[in-house]
Amino acid sequence: MKRERPQSIADYGPLFFPAGMLLIFFVVPFGTMITVSFFQRQEGGFYTPAFVLSNYERFLTPFFGGVLSFSLMLAVTVAICCVVLALPFTYLLSRLSRRLQVFWLVALLSILSLSEVIIGFAWSTLLSRTGGLSNLLVAVGLLNQPVALFPSFGAVLTGMIYQALPYTILVLYPAIVRLDPTLMEAARTLGSSPVRAFFNVLVPALRNTIMATLIMVFIFALGSYLLPQILGRPQHWTLSVLITDQAIYQSNMPFAAAMAVFLVLVTLGLVALTLLVGRKGEKA
Amino acid sequence: MTNALRRLYFVLIGLFLAMPLIVVAGVSVNAKQTLAFPPQGFSLSWYGQIFTNPEWRSALVASVILATTSAALAVLIALPLSWFLWRRIAPWANIFQVLGIAPFTLPPVITALGFLTFWATTGFYGQAWTAVIGHAIFFVTLPLVTLSLGFSAIDRSLVEAAATMGADDRTIFRTVVLPLIRPYLVSGYAFAFVLSLNEYIVAYMTVGFTLETLPIKIFNALRYGYTPTMASVTILFVATAAVIFSLVAKFGDLPKLLGAMASEEK
Repeated sequence: MKRERPQSIADYGPLFFPAGMLLIFFVVPFGTMITVSFFQRQEGGFYTPAFVLSNYERFLTPFFGGVLSFSLMLAVTVAICCVVLALPFTYLLSRLSRRLQVFWLVALLSILSLSEVIIGFAWSTLLSRTGGLSNLLVAVGLLNQPVALFPSFGAVLTGMIYQALPYTILVLYPAIVRLDPTLMEAARTLGSSPVRAFFNVLVPALRNTIMATLIMVFIFALGSYLLPQILGRPQHWTLSVLITDQAIYQSNMPFAAAMAVFLVLVTLGLVALTLLVGRKGEKA
Repeated sequence: MTNALRRLYFVLIGLFLAMPLIVVAGVSVNAKQTLAFPPQGFSLSWYGQIFTNPEWRSALVASVILATTSAALAVLIALPLSWFLWRRIAPWANIFQVLGIAPFTLPPVITALGFLTFWATTGFYGQAWTAVIGHAIFFVTLPLVTLSLGFSAIDRSLVEAAATMGADDRTIFRTVVLPLIRPYLVSGYAFAFVLSLNEYIVAYMTVGFTLETLPIKIFNALRYGYTPTMASVTILFVATAAVIFSLVAKFGDLPKLLGAMASEEK
């Protein structure tokens, strides 16, 4: 059976249900959110239809500027740390036997699928005064007495790296698996040490993949909505946390929606950039 | 890199990934209601709590029902769509593939807020079934990607042979296509199921005030302090995910599946 153009309405049959679901429950809610972002907020948590830009004007306040630049800075730091850690790891992983690879992939997927609630809880336990790491540091002599290591910026950063690292590895994995193994062999035959070959051959060959991965992990980290709340102080809140807070606790839906629209624009811009990088990679 | 260095790197990354879970596992078997590690005493009663304490049990039931139904709905959306895209030449229909992948690519808060404003506007806010639709749309990406891979792996001449013998579309789908894509169907369902079980923000923004799923229950409980049941639920979740993904790996080609997923996401 060759692929054919649809001839009659009946040929479109399979498309009706999925298209309807996606239009009604993704496109329409998305549009609703954009519309609400222009609505006027009323006292007491309600909002009325209007066309005001006041929700967007709030972006110009120093408070919002602070949150935005902190979110971007945090996401960039997470992305760089994750790619630096994941790149050698994924390369080494791709050289393991298939059985071991599958074992690691299952472990990485299990951690990747964990709820942010659970990751936040697990790290807050590990970093608590009585739970583990602190006791260990006392035993080694680095600390005089057990202390709580969170809330702190370090805790937020660690938690987010923990969350994003499996994602980074799984994004790098296919590109690295597909990489021509003779590249590294050639470098080794010519007398390069494995570490040198890694930096001088592998990293340049993967330049575009690395760029694309950095951007993808950056977007992933921008989406983190609970870890800054559980492991950090209010000054460590990111845009995603602020959106949740405004929507649920401050009942300011129009402002939350405006920030969400802004976040979409940032994300879409970055996705476009990723595609551009990817296309350049194909040409090269 | 030399062998020793390489092994050290694996151990360090493994330790980083496992450490929080080891501590939580340790905490979950404390005899008393304390957050102590190394654990003091040994007791599995906190695992029993998940099933005997009415609050935790109802959260568990809610989560399992939500994950089972929403993953099924996600597959029901993804299957006809990927079948159509494979069977017909209709480039514009690819827009629906993009729409299916979008919610998963955007920061989750956006999809969640979209649903919140939508259900609030239509007046269904807080109804349990809205979370099922929310999760199905949010995770439709996963069966969509596995199924597209499954369809692309089908040898078209098989289907052509069936058509020559007089089978119509329906028969071909049931007798030839469905058996071939079943592993991809199952793994798509499995991915959506596990992620739905763990999902917090979409569930919270749609039904957070009327229904407690396990992640919502853990977060609400965290605010009032610590109970060891959170630790036992965490371990239960990790174990469930590991078992399900191991099964996917056993019956399917996990490296291939993951290879396809990442390239689709870009």
